Amino acid sequence: MNVAAVPVERVAEQRTTVRRERIRLLLRSPTFIAGAVIVGTWVVCAIGGTHLTPYDPFATDPLNRLRPPSARHLFGTDQLGRDVLSRVVAGARGILIVAPLATLLGTVAGTALGLVTGYFRGVVDEVLMRLVDAFRALPVVIVGMLGLVALGPSTVTVILVIGIVFTPIVARPVRAAVLTQRGQEYVQAARLRRERAPYILFVELLPNVLAPVLVEFTVRLGYAIFATATLSFLGFGIQPPAPDWGLTIFEHYGFISGGYWWPVLFPALAIASLVVGVNLVSDGTSQALER
Amino acid sequence: MNAPAVLEIDDLRLAFRVRGTERQAIHGVSFRIGKEESFGLVGESGCGKSTVALTAMRYLPGNARITGGSVRVTGRDLLKMSESELRRYRTSTVSMVYQNPGTALNPSIRVGDQVAEVFRIAGLPRAEAEDRARAMLQKVRISDPGYVMRRYPHQLSGGMQQRVVIAMALAPNPELLILDEPTTALDATVEAEVLDLIAALRTEFGTSLLYISHNLGVVARMCERVGVLYAGRLVEVGETEAVFSDPRHPYTVGLLRCVPRWGSRKDEGVLDTIPGLPPPIGAQTAGCVYADRCALAVDHCRQEPPPLFEVGGGHSSRCFRHEEASRLPRPAAQPGAAAGVAANGHALIQLQAVSKTFQQDGHRVQGLVDVDLQIAPGEALGLVGESGSGKSTLAKVLLGLLEPDSGGHLEYEGRSLAGQVGGRDEEEVRAIQIVFQNPGASLNRRHSIRQIIGRAVTKLLGLHGREREQRLFELTGSVRLDRSVLDSRPEQLSGGLKQRVAIARAFAGDPRIVVCDEPTSALDVSVQAAILNLLVDLQRSKGVTYLFISHDLGVVRYLSDRIAVLYLGRLLEIGTAEAVFKGPHHPYTEALLSAAPVLHGGAKTRIRLEGEVPSAADPPSGCVFHTRCPRYLGDICRDQEPPLNQPEPGHLIRCHIPVDELRRLQLVDEP
Repeated sequence: MNVAAVPVERVAEQRTTVRRERIRLLLRSPTFIAGAVIVGTWVVCAIGGTHLTPYDPFATDPLNRLRPPSARHLFGTDQLGRDVLSRVVAGARGILIVAPLATLLGTVAGTALGLVTGYFRGVVDEVLMRLVDAFRALPVVIVGMLGLVALGPSTVTVILVIGIVFTPIVARPVRAAVLTQRGQEYVQAARLRRERAPYILFVELLPNVLAPVLVEFTVRLGYAIFATATLSFLGFGIQPPAPDWGLTIFEHYGFISGGYWWPVLFPALAIASLVVGVNLVSDGTSQALER
Repeated sequence: MNAPAVLEIDDLRLAFRVRGTERQAIHGVSFRIGKEESFGLVGESGCGKSTVALTAMRYLPGNARITGGSVRVTGRDLLKMSESELRRYRTSTVSMVYQNPGTALNPSIRVGDQVAEVFRIAGLPRAEAEDRARAMLQKVRISDPGYVMRRYPHQLSGGMQQRVVIAMALAPNPELLILDEPTTALDATVEAEVLDLIAALRTEFGTSLLYISHNLGVVARMCERVGVLYAGRLVEVGETEAVFSDPRHPYTVGLLRCVPRWGSRKDEGVLDTIPGLPPPIGAQTAGCVYADRCALAVDHCRQEPPPLFEVGGGHSSRCFRHEEASRLPRPAAQPGAAAGVAANGHALIQLQAVSKTFQQDGHRVQGLVDVDLQIAPGEALGLVGESGSGKSTLAKVLLGLLEPDSGGHLEYEGRSLAGQVGGRDEEEVRAIQIVFQNPGASLNRRHSIRQIIGRAVTKLLGLHGREREQRLFELTGSVRLDRSVLDSRPEQLSGGLKQRVAIARAFAGDPRIVVCDEPTSALDVSVQAAILNLLVDLQRSKGVTYLFISHDLGVVRYLSDRIAVLYLGRLLEIGTAEAVFKGPHHPYTEALLSAAPVLHGGAKTRIRLEGEVPSAADPPSGCVFHTRCPRYLGDICRDQEPPLNQPEPGHLIRCHIPVDELRRLQLVDEP
């Protein structure tokens, strides 16, 4: 008896169309497209680096300090006579390495934490979640500064600090998703085969909470960019002479009162556009996933 | 022509736009509902029942488009109404009651305000609206409307919520009441009460009904005329009596045969099934849509769509071979399973004084109280009771998912069994498995079928590689699944196929006892029959024991050798299926039996349970059932635990009424 042959064939074709449908929805979403274009541009800048810049971003020119935007220097020059446009383009690389890595660290650690607390409940959950709440009450930048002071400023420290700060924030929604999944009968079925907890957590539960994890990743990425720039601005992040955006703003914000606005405005716009772009991508993705 | 019909749907055609293409969902449906008439619409899921109902409200989703035909309500064309006319129409002429009362009521507004709102919209001042709301709640047999009006919806039981929804629906005194599976989410006893209520109110208000249900028994009881919908076409329509007793479309014949006949048993033969699946929405067929699944189909059926043939008395069928429909060949008769092994002293599973108490907000809630139960190897024990009676708790205790209170004792093959699955040895874990109610939730939707069944094979039998693959093929074969399903995911399979996968997983380690927790309640009747046949077949070929939980007494009767009746975590009656059904019954069993909507075999005694299941946190004294017992004796029931009576060996009834007295009472009431 071959009862299943017909339906299986029919639905197998549906499976690919569901996936294609998601991608199609994504590509038809103006939100996602706009965000992707912005983020894509910065990714190109980060990869191209000095190959794309009109000048060497590190080359000083003492005779042409703080020149306003002109045909030669579209974004003007900074206090050491370096080309602002070149520094903005080259600055994308640092932030686009640090922020995604930090977010990835926070998402992975937060997902693990959320899975464990959501699945085991009880005392483990209570203790960890109270710690998480306490941790979340502290401002990100303060925690970041303390961490950087203790560990010493470096790119790795920035990644670690932001990742750790994000961990409890990511753990919350993952835990909520796990709470709704753990009561499902497929988890009971696994317990009835005496599966070990790691198998239930990572093989049974994890694939079913990936959607909120993905959404959380994109949301966090926007915050990570902002946090990275803030820490650099405060002098705790990427160190000079790197053409980092936050650092550049820090080095020049004193000149604004003198009318020298360009070395501050253009890196600030760069940060803003990247954050907005990431958030647009994030909105577009979560809309497509929710359908 | 006589007075205009309340609802007249003529050649309705409707399409859904999915991914840019229009898919025809309703292909020319026509029927009319006269004044004070009750019309039932039956069919399997996806056939278009709810779409037709929503069309009558003009509440269609945004991607739906009516491509032809007309809908007239009390003579007015619904499709040509303007928005404001439509609003007036929905507030005064037609009302709808949905399946799930919990979501039909606004959770943050008190019940009284919600019901009164209906009258306020009609323009009454607040005080008067409230009085009318109170009167309306009284009409739906709510004994203390003042109390109910101050409650929020979540503080009421499902049955009570549905009464409130019905009160709101009937408040504007509509011409037409549309009921979309109004009792599907309710217990059989509550369902019976709600159905009585709807029947009574219908005559009182003179309302016409459009009643949508997949349950043929309910429709048989509620409706004068019935239409059978299949793939967006009305394939048969006529007087309910005529359609159900003399069906003229092979689909109707098939549907009716799928339902286990009242009192039929597995040893009397297999259930009939309908092969194949309904066509997907939007499928184009040249001939009769049902031809692919029809045993009577001839070439003619596949070439030309059949018109509606009048077969007499307003009864018509969309089938060329309507003359022969009732002679639809049955699938080759197979021997049913032999009756289960009679208990011969040796128990496979034994529960002694098993109790389970939950802690809930500082209260002790008794899930199970002092349950003694023996399950013999090879038998099928049916477990019945309303929701909250402890059926699933009992199953979970047996499986080791819930640890019983200390003092109780579990035994497997004469050996003591640990309360937690983690404390059981490999053989015990292998021996006790489960098929859950909802295959959508019991199969991990991110895993392939190969992973799902294969993991159980690896974990329970320790097989790998070729051996594992071999075992997978054996299992899929034994649940009649094609091997190709192994590479698909649950979401690609229909409900029936998913449940087969779940059964294959339960049988992966050659279990001795399989708990079946409502395994067919989420499925259509034709699929249900196939799954029941499979379970019976597996029992015969593998000698497995079942603990079968169901609220459908016909299904329990078909599959079970013995039946246990639970109420508030206590075992009230246990005995062979024969004895429990024939009587004498415990008064609670009697009530359950008479609540079941019966399709075949005429009306049963109608005794009704009043009120609701009391809270398990504060169970009644004496006999726990005394608060609702239709045969309440007096103080003795309230004050004393009833004794266990034994009408015949192996049949136990926990009741104060002596067995002979029960037998006499129940014989008198039998028609």
